[in-house]
Amino acid sequence: MSELSAESVRGEVRAWLEANWDPDRGLVEWRNMLAESGWGVPAWPKRWFGREMEEALVPVVQEEFDRIGAVGVAKTGIRTLAAATLLAHGTEMQKEKFLRRILTGEDTWCQLFSEPGSGSDLAGATTRADFDGAHWIVNGQKVWTTSAHHAQYGLLLARTNWDVPKHKGLSYFVLGIEQPGVEVRPLKQMNGHASFNQVFFTDAKIAPEFLVGEEGEGWKVAMTTLMHERRGADGTRRWAMGSNAKGRIYDEERAEIETQLEPYKWYPQRAGRVDLVVERAQETGRNADPVVRQEIARLLIMSRAAEWTARRARAAQERGRPQGPEGSLGKLASSNVARQARHVHTLITGTDSMLSGPDSPRDGTVAEILVSVPATSIAGGTDEIQRNIISERVLGMPKEPRFDTDRPFREVPRNIVDS
Amino acid sequence: MEFSFSDEQEAFRAVLRRFLEDKSPATEVRRLMETAQGYDPEVWRQMSEDLGLPGVHIPEAYGGQGFGAVELGIVMEEMGRALLCAPYFSSSVLAGTAILNAGSESEKRALLPGIAAGTTKAALAFTEANGRWEPDATDCIAARDGDGYRLSGAKSFVADGMGADSLVAAARAPGTAGAHGVSLFMVAPDAEGVCRSALEVMDPTRKLAHISFEAAPGILLGEEGAGAAALEQTVGLATIALANEMVGGAGRLFESAIDYAKLRVQFGRAIGSFQAIKHKCADMLVDLELAKSAAYYAAQAAGEGSAETLALASLAKAAASDAYMQLAANTIQIHGGIGFTWDNDTHLWYKRAKSSEVYLGDATYHRERLMQQWNV
Repeated sequence: MSELSAESVRGEVRAWLEANWDPDRGLVEWRNMLAESGWGVPAWPKRWFGREMEEALVPVVQEEFDRIGAVGVAKTGIRTLAAATLLAHGTEMQKEKFLRRILTGEDTWCQLFSEPGSGSDLAGATTRADFDGAHWIVNGQKVWTTSAHHAQYGLLLARTNWDVPKHKGLSYFVLGIEQPGVEVRPLKQMNGHASFNQVFFTDAKIAPEFLVGEEGEGWKVAMTTLMHERRGADGTRRWAMGSNAKGRIYDEERAEIETQLEPYKWYPQRAGRVDLVVERAQETGRNADPVVRQEIARLLIMSRAAEWTARRARAAQERGRPQGPEGSLGKLASSNVARQARHVHTLITGTDSMLSGPDSPRDGTVAEILVSVPATSIAGGTDEIQRNIISERVLGMPKEPRFDTDRPFREVPRNIVDS
Repeated sequence: MEFSFSDEQEAFRAVLRRFLEDKSPATEVRRLMETAQGYDPEVWRQMSEDLGLPGVHIPEAYGGQGFGAVELGIVMEEMGRALLCAPYFSSSVLAGTAILNAGSESEKRALLPGIAAGTTKAALAFTEANGRWEPDATDCIAARDGDGYRLSGAKSFVADGMGADSLVAAARAPGTAGAHGVSLFMVAPDAEGVCRSALEVMDPTRKLAHISFEAAPGILLGEEGAGAAALEQTVGLATIALANEMVGGAGRLFESAIDYAKLRVQFGRAIGSFQAIKHKCADMLVDLELAKSAAYYAAQAAGEGSAETLALASLAKAAASDAYMQLAANTIQIHGGIGFTWDNDTHLWYKRAKSSEVYLGDATYHRERLMQQWNV
């Protein structure tokens, strides 16, 4: 396949789309055709709905889809992480059962990693899975679970051995959400939205064949999921726009996007809405205040420089050069930008910052910025964890001494809430 | 817009770094900063003859290498890193660029080859006691005297003004105000009516002079009254060059801070294992890399002749001023007591950071300029 040129790929995908694309097909029917032809996920293995195409050629395929407005496979949310993890670690049976319905969008997935007692310290999970001879029996609680309320399956990290060090006692499972032992409750956030859930397990059951990887290898499998999560951190934004075109398939896609992306609709406000700042300063006349101007400039400098830093990292990667430190700073830089944006929006908005909903400027958008920004420096790895990663992995500084990895997990001090 | 350096540019940087590590170790910086001349003539000769550095951004038609603003930025970044003591910025970047922007074809052919070859060391006498790098802040008067002009007034903060053998001076026609009526003149430093005195400087690696003119003879450079536009463009490019020099110095300081944090042991552990130190270092890296991105982007824009060049010069300088100073202060803090001693090298770069923070305008000034350029 590697001898394929961009032009031959373009010709082939174009011919296939001309022969098969029809906006009046059903969404699931069309995605099944994509799965069978390999054009939905061309970089995947041939055995599993792909064409083993090199990554560099995949954008050519995407361009041809975009050119005629053809709908692709389902890509929102946790399902792509589930697919990547199962492709790397799943059994034949698991791939057979799950991958196709991930691509068609018929199944929704969620990630059951974080717990009330283990946030930054993910490997400290205390949700337990005990084998009773026929099933794994799950008890415990997960939190910050996006989409659990309409998911069919969850990627579960649970403790199966308490007598070994923490990272060695975890196992990774696919858990069916729709069963009596699983209770999903929405978690209301400080900004009023409830994008996440708490998930409670009371003797929830998992058949032995839904263990992913070996027993006790759960941490390693979870690393694959997390690596793909970081890589696609801005993925949800890219897929957020449905087409306005006419046809049954577009109607079904719009409905899917509406449901799937509902939990993410406040995410732009969380990042600080730098795009609104200059307009807001001009419409309020606050651009005449030299102090406000200084703070706006600080924000725009930081935000532009962060964007250029990300582009430097991509350019180095495209040239095949080793990744420099600029590739690891994005998350921390985004937190700095969001905090400064919150400060600037407050300066511009003045006393109106006390208001919310329709009384707040831009129909509540400004208020939503002010109460959503704190999430940026916590979700997906806190600023403090980011600083540890940068200083230890990028700068090679010595690790802080630890007291939790050299002894059986049951002897490690834990939060009182867990015991 | 390119977001990475080409292989050729990376090779050029590697050559420069080797040369400067050899010629400008901290011991040499310490030796030269104590001299009145402020640089080593033999190193300057090698830089000029072997590497052609004084002519890097000067077109080949005027004896230069004909490279662009990106290569200029690389030279400045490496010099900033090594804290090189040499009249490069003053002669090639400030005075050379002023002549490029203001001079007629024949003047450029006459004046630039010497600067490009390093045999002439020119200086730009622009700023006055008010410390502003804006043409309208020029009070110095140029009165007609037969075919020539006589300059009267005083210039300050003239980089390498004492050692310069040629001066480019800004002055205005009598009775004019604002940016209107400002022209550039070539003045011989040993002419009658020119009086130079060295200013006592906080950063001894950047020598500054006070120069007064009392009816000193000047030769008009380019067209009369066209000085403001030429100066604005010159300061724009020089600001971008300076921002690149500053991120080079900041990068060097950062490496020394990390090295020390890994070595220094207190409470039975390397201090770099404490989050109080490692988190500070992570924040320093963010400041450094963002300032580098801004400096590189501005140099690219200048190289492409972008209409955004002046805005981006201000953006890059504001970022560099804050980042270099913050990194310098933190580097001393991480070193603790030893960082405050004369024998530790940190203060050499700290002083350069402080001097550069305000040179060609501080961060507050450039943030306001950016807002004006972007019509906020």
